Amino acid sequence: MSRKTFMLTGLLVLALAASGCRPTPAPTPTPAPSSTPAEAGLSGKIVEAGSTTVQPLAEKLAEAFSAKYPQVQITVQGGGSSVGVKSAGEGTVDVGAASREVKDSELQEFPDLKVFTIARDGIAIVAHPDVPLDGLTKEQVRDIFAGEITNWSDVGGPDRPIVVVSREEGSGTRAAFEEMVMGKEGPPIVDTAILQPSNGAVRTTVATTPDSIGFLSFGYLDESVKALAVDGVEATEANAASGDYPIVRPLNLLIKGEPSGVVKAWLDFILSDEGQEIVVEEGYIAVK
Amino acid sequence: MPIRYVIDRSARYLLLLSALVSIFVVFLIGLFTLREGLPALREIGLGSLLTGRVWRPQRGEFGLLAMIAGSVLVTMGAMLLGVPLALGCAIFLAEVAPDRVRAVVRPAVELLAGIPSVIYGLFGMVVLVPLVRRVPVPGNTGFGLLSASIVLAVMILPTITNIAEDAIRAVPREYKEGSLALGTTHWQTIVGVTLPAARSGIVAAIILGVGRALGETMAMIMVIGNSIIFPKPLDNNPLTLFLSQARTLTGNIAVEISYATGLHESALFATGVVLFVLIMIVNTTAHLLIRERAR
Repeated sequence: MSRKTFMLTGLLVLALAASGCRPTPAPTPTPAPSSTPAEAGLSGKIVEAGSTTVQPLAEKLAEAFSAKYPQVQITVQGGGSSVGVKSAGEGTVDVGAASREVKDSELQEFPDLKVFTIARDGIAIVAHPDVPLDGLTKEQVRDIFAGEITNWSDVGGPDRPIVVVSREEGSGTRAAFEEMVMGKEGPPIVDTAILQPSNGAVRTTVATTPDSIGFLSFGYLDESVKALAVDGVEATEANAASGDYPIVRPLNLLIKGEPSGVVKAWLDFILSDEGQEIVVEEGYIAVK
Repeated sequence: MPIRYVIDRSARYLLLLSALVSIFVVFLIGLFTLREGLPALREIGLGSLLTGRVWRPQRGEFGLLAMIAGSVLVTMGAMLLGVPLALGCAIFLAEVAPDRVRAVVRPAVELLAGIPSVIYGLFGMVVLVPLVRRVPVPGNTGFGLLSASIVLAVMILPTITNIAEDAIRAVPREYKEGSLALGTTHWQTIVGVTLPAARSGIVAAIILGVGRALGETMAMIMVIGNSIIFPKPLDNNPLTLFLSQARTLTGNIAVEISYATGLHESALFATGVVLFVLIMIVNTTAHLLIRERAR
């Protein structure tokens, strides 16, 4: 038995090696046909994909819209901000979602892309509850995440090493944090940082690791972590809405070309008072 | 032809078909992973992928060395902790334990295999990590190779214990009787006769444990810290290496795949190829070893 298994394994290796020599064309995803907007009345299908930060909000907005117009079916998918931009630009979905600004390079690639900001979200700098500091300056936050400040005593705290917690590369929250705090050409986040793959995991890690610091979407703040004031401004929704709080990112929906039909109706609903109320209920900042 | 012969014949082909399907699936998965990873293998090059120390997809740097080191080190750690424990457990169950004790211990060990890995991860994150953090070494966050190795050691325990126990039980009774008749003690017989006779099965058990350890994902993500660094000792004591954070190959894929596009996505599939080959090398080594011993 062992001999046969061994031979099989060998065969597999050979097969893998053989297929490696043959030039395989790169897979090209064929764009799925987008749904057809309804002519009369409100019925039809919308497919949305992209940012996982926008996802729960989009689901709520889709639910409320479908409750009003039972003929409309909205499918909300994740994938991340980059996926949102790409799939909207390529037309594989009706609506893309990105929890960050659309990059210039992306707008160059997809010039037809229209960007609609449906909500804003603050990013809070959070620390373990026992960290005896109430706030930091944006520069201090940058230097801590860049690994230039490694001890709390350098920012007025106790003589303890700082444990940096971050999101993984590719996350919209991390991209927004890097753009707004680290700067576009700024230093990368220190590579000894503990990386966690979701807002929830970052919160748990910061809550249970003494001397740690991390960043979280406002929607995930609770009493298990301590939100630090940045440049003297408390991390509250009011401060973010007024523009005083310095780390606020847009939540964008992206549509290729001018919105029309059922997509336009959904967008109008989101930007209406009713839709914006849902935005606030979900812990984000209304755009109106 | 009598109906029972027809049934007999078709049963054989049906069984053959099931066997073929499983081979086909492995084959397809391997082929698919390779195909998706090929653009990265071509653009980055296998050499720089395997030896590059820096992984920064956003800046176009793709090096897997840190993750390979992470996977290998955490597996070694888990083996150091888990193998003696599992073998002890297997010997106890096969040779020492009275029936009533075995009736309790054995299902308990088997139960370990049924616990979802996310539960192990959660346990590690809220119980083990804070414990490990108490080790007074600067830079020790609790997240890292040690916590991951402990979690993994427990996870591979049932795999190794079950197979090793079967191997020990399969040793012919005459061997033991012969040894005991020569006047050896029970322990001398276990060490000198039973274990050497069961060696190939025990090696197979350990190698299967290695394979399981290399492939574990969820629990690792939760306790190892996922930092993209080449693990190194935190101070002068080389053992503090195990307090360093790390990232495994599996974790690299799982953490980043949901956001990856283009070359980044392909590089993650290439990570999968590396993992695939690594596990194949492990399994092939196991079979070679077993064959050698059997001769």
